[in-house]
Amino acid sequence: MSLLDFVKRLEPDKEKYPKLHVVFDGFFTFLYAPNSVTKGGVHIRDGMDLKRTMVMVVIALQLCYLFGSWNIGHQHFAALGVHTGYLEALHLKIAYGLMKILPIFIWTHIVGLGIEFYFAARKGHSIEEGFLVTGALIPLIMPPDIPIWILCLAVAFAVIVGKEAFGGTGMNIWNIALLARVFVFFAYPTTISGDEVWVAGLESTAAGAMAEYSWWETGFFNTIFEWFGWSTFDPTLTVVDGYTGATPLALAFQGGWDAVTQVYSEGQMWWGAIPGSIGETSKPLILIGALFLIGIGIASWRIMAGMLLGAVAMAMLMNAWGATPFMEVPWYYQLYMGSFFFAMAFMATDPVTAASTNRGKWIYGFLIGFIGMIIRVMNPAYPEGWMLAILLLNTFAPLIDHYVLQGNMKRRLQRA
Amino acid sequence: MERRISRIPRLFTTGLFLLLSPSIFAQSSGGSNTLLYALIVVGAILLLGVILQVADNLLRIEAKRHNMDTDRIGLFPSLGRIFSKPLPEHLRDKDVYDLKKGFDIKLEGAARPEIVPAQVTRFALQPPNWIGMAPIPKVVVEPGDTVRAGDPIFYDKTRSEIQYVAPVSGEVIEVNRGAKRSIAEVVILADRQMQYKEFEAPELGTASRAQIVQFLLTSGGWTMLRQRPYDIVPPVDSHPVNVFISTFDTAPLAPDLNLVVEGRDEAFQKGLDVLTRLTTGKVHLGLDARDGKQPSDIFANARNVEKHWFRGPHPCGNVGIQIHHVAPVSAGKPVWVLGVQEVITLGALWTERRFNAERIVALTGAPLDNPVYVRTHIGANLGDLLKDQGDLKGNRVVSGNVLAGEKKPHDGFLNYYDQHVSVIKEGDKYELFGWLFPVEPRPSVSRTFPSFLMPDLTFEGNTNTHGERRAFVITGQYESMLPMDIYPQHLMKAIMTRNFERMEGLGIYELSEEDVALCEFACTSKVPVQAILRDGLEVMREQG
Repeated sequence: MSLLDFVKRLEPDKEKYPKLHVVFDGFFTFLYAPNSVTKGGVHIRDGMDLKRTMVMVVIALQLCYLFGSWNIGHQHFAALGVHTGYLEALHLKIAYGLMKILPIFIWTHIVGLGIEFYFAARKGHSIEEGFLVTGALIPLIMPPDIPIWILCLAVAFAVIVGKEAFGGTGMNIWNIALLARVFVFFAYPTTISGDEVWVAGLESTAAGAMAEYSWWETGFFNTIFEWFGWSTFDPTLTVVDGYTGATPLALAFQGGWDAVTQVYSEGQMWWGAIPGSIGETSKPLILIGALFLIGIGIASWRIMAGMLLGAVAMAMLMNAWGATPFMEVPWYYQLYMGSFFFAMAFMATDPVTAASTNRGKWIYGFLIGFIGMIIRVMNPAYPEGWMLAILLLNTFAPLIDHYVLQGNMKRRLQRA
Repeated sequence: MERRISRIPRLFTTGLFLLLSPSIFAQSSGGSNTLLYALIVVGAILLLGVILQVADNLLRIEAKRHNMDTDRIGLFPSLGRIFSKPLPEHLRDKDVYDLKKGFDIKLEGAARPEIVPAQVTRFALQPPNWIGMAPIPKVVVEPGDTVRAGDPIFYDKTRSEIQYVAPVSGEVIEVNRGAKRSIAEVVILADRQMQYKEFEAPELGTASRAQIVQFLLTSGGWTMLRQRPYDIVPPVDSHPVNVFISTFDTAPLAPDLNLVVEGRDEAFQKGLDVLTRLTTGKVHLGLDARDGKQPSDIFANARNVEKHWFRGPHPCGNVGIQIHHVAPVSAGKPVWVLGVQEVITLGALWTERRFNAERIVALTGAPLDNPVYVRTHIGANLGDLLKDQGDLKGNRVVSGNVLAGEKKPHDGFLNYYDQHVSVIKEGDKYELFGWLFPVEPRPSVSRTFPSFLMPDLTFEGNTNTHGERRAFVITGQYESMLPMDIYPQHLMKAIMTRNFERMEGLGIYELSEEDVALCEFACTSKVPVQAILRDGLEVMREQG
């Protein structure tokens, strides 16, 4: 008996159990490309479908996941003042990172997919693939120590209010992943801003604070590592003197570029060994993902280019103005800090919420860069702007398209 | 245009100041001198470059105003000229439209360039072939009647002047009905020796337009014409602003029209002459300027027509695309379009004084044993055409190409305006992780498939949808498949929401299903684009 026959035997009856059938169908079409043939219209269809499109974005994110897992561990040990070499105690860092990232990833999917399945079953739709990407993005934009219950609440809010209320995949106005983050940002600001939240597993960032380990680290992993004779988690370690846990942006906000370079080197910021959200720190790895997406033609290079131009233009204006130390940070160093590249490559380019005309994409990207930089530098409460700028421009994307289309209509009218 | 150019230098100087300002500020606080100088030098070079560029543009504008060749004027060669391949000799000084958007679907099973006679016994006229025809036309023959080629078979009760005539002589054997007693096909068993009805065509030079129109209506010549917008047989009082004929077909496995027109130069030219009398504007011929292709001399030397050359991937051979670039359609400005073989049939009414419905038809597709061109007539039986092509079980027979054609039963009939039969394998098979790791190669516009690195690879292809219907998610995909100044995705949304103003404003009149067929092929969300467009066109037509 082939696998296909076996799986087909599990299929619940469509009439008797319609909801169960929707769920089965979701998994089945994941396993097997369906045997449907074209009816009316074209007789041959492109091999591309939404599943493939979405999974390509997930593939582009894998380097960020890998680096994020390592960096959670690296930042943790850097705060404790041990294993400060990048490749030192790799097993500890990865194990520690995975212990942080896996629960976030799993819970995001349990909540998000659960809601998605429920709504699909309720509406009798087939399950759409939108959450494949959303679910991969959300863990990467959360601080590593986010309490799981807040995460679940945020995901539920984003998926229900942001997506299902509008009619599901393809219908939403705002980027779902960012909506989850902005929910945390406004509802639980202390878990996602300030200096304390970006490094995992510490009581606080004050000198002498204890590292927090669970049974997984001290019991499970330590047993394994001891057996191999490797270094182990040490629960007696404390945070070293002079450690702040502040991100480069927080430092730049207080004291400009000088304050940043006292703590972090340029290379460190570029390669991403700095505190921050899980997946947004390593610029080259994000850029590899971005180039991959542009190369295979899935993400819009127009939005990315527009956003880069907008951010650079605004940063130059700020340099010219120079009212605060943060404004005086040279425009090219602005790109070293914060999550500009991650927002550019993976957030702004969401095709559903972005402008949909080619000309509109340039405008949309440019305005995100332009406004995001204003928010980053001038917002007194929170020195980063891409999340809010993208959500703002999501709101205005239909308006941008409207004017582009009006232009097209006017041209046609003049010609007639 | 000019106004926009004069704005550039101002914009640029502002930009330059912005660029320089940070370093100037840096200087005041003791920054590095070298950086400042370097930036100033770069700025100066840029400024000089911009001044030159603007001067160059102004020169070109002036040249254009004096109708000079703008390509040979000016300081810099245009980027397009540097990077594009030089045009072949026969295209120099020609009106060439270089279209970039679109995609060539490369399929196996192209027809061998050789015409063989076909043994077809049954032919049919199918009322559903004509958009907008009442479902039950008045059939003036009965089963058992014998007809000559050119004898009327039926007419539309709402437009009784237009006669739909028999393509072949023989005995009417069946009048088949479809849903709600509509007439699906009138089948004629053909004579071995064709009998033609003799026509007395009016003298082109002296007859009035009304006389010519009257002759076409009764002789069946009128049904060779189609009017855009809507793709209908034109109403009797139609005065087209232009007539368009595309002399090449870029669709997958499409027939080579050079072969089709061979030896028919007299009838073709006569057809063009007739059309010139019927339009208030001009007759436009779209010619093939693609690399390695050259139109037949019959096309290239046609008289009394405007010639336009087009190069680019499919759909640049579609007449709708060509119209858009030459003189776009709008609601009050209908145009007529014809295929090459329709022009020949039209001309033959004069040169041969009979309704000659002969068609060269390309039989194509990977499942065929012997893809080849056949000589037959309008409405030929597909089963007869394909009877020597092996067992076609498990394959789909399509009248037309695989993008815009119509699925037919294996014993169905060729559609009235089609000169192409495509046979393609049915793809009703499950595929393990087919969306992620496709085993069988499949054509795709997407660069996520490694086949984009092998542009000459041909595919067998099948009818699998490769995914399920989804909401619109991806944007910009349709635009990249349609070389027109149109936003197809937004147009489709306007149609779905019945936003009439937008439908008209976004150019629904300029489109026909075959033009958006490639968008439908490429669509990631598997949206039935052609059906939506037809729905919109029908709504517009009913609204008047």
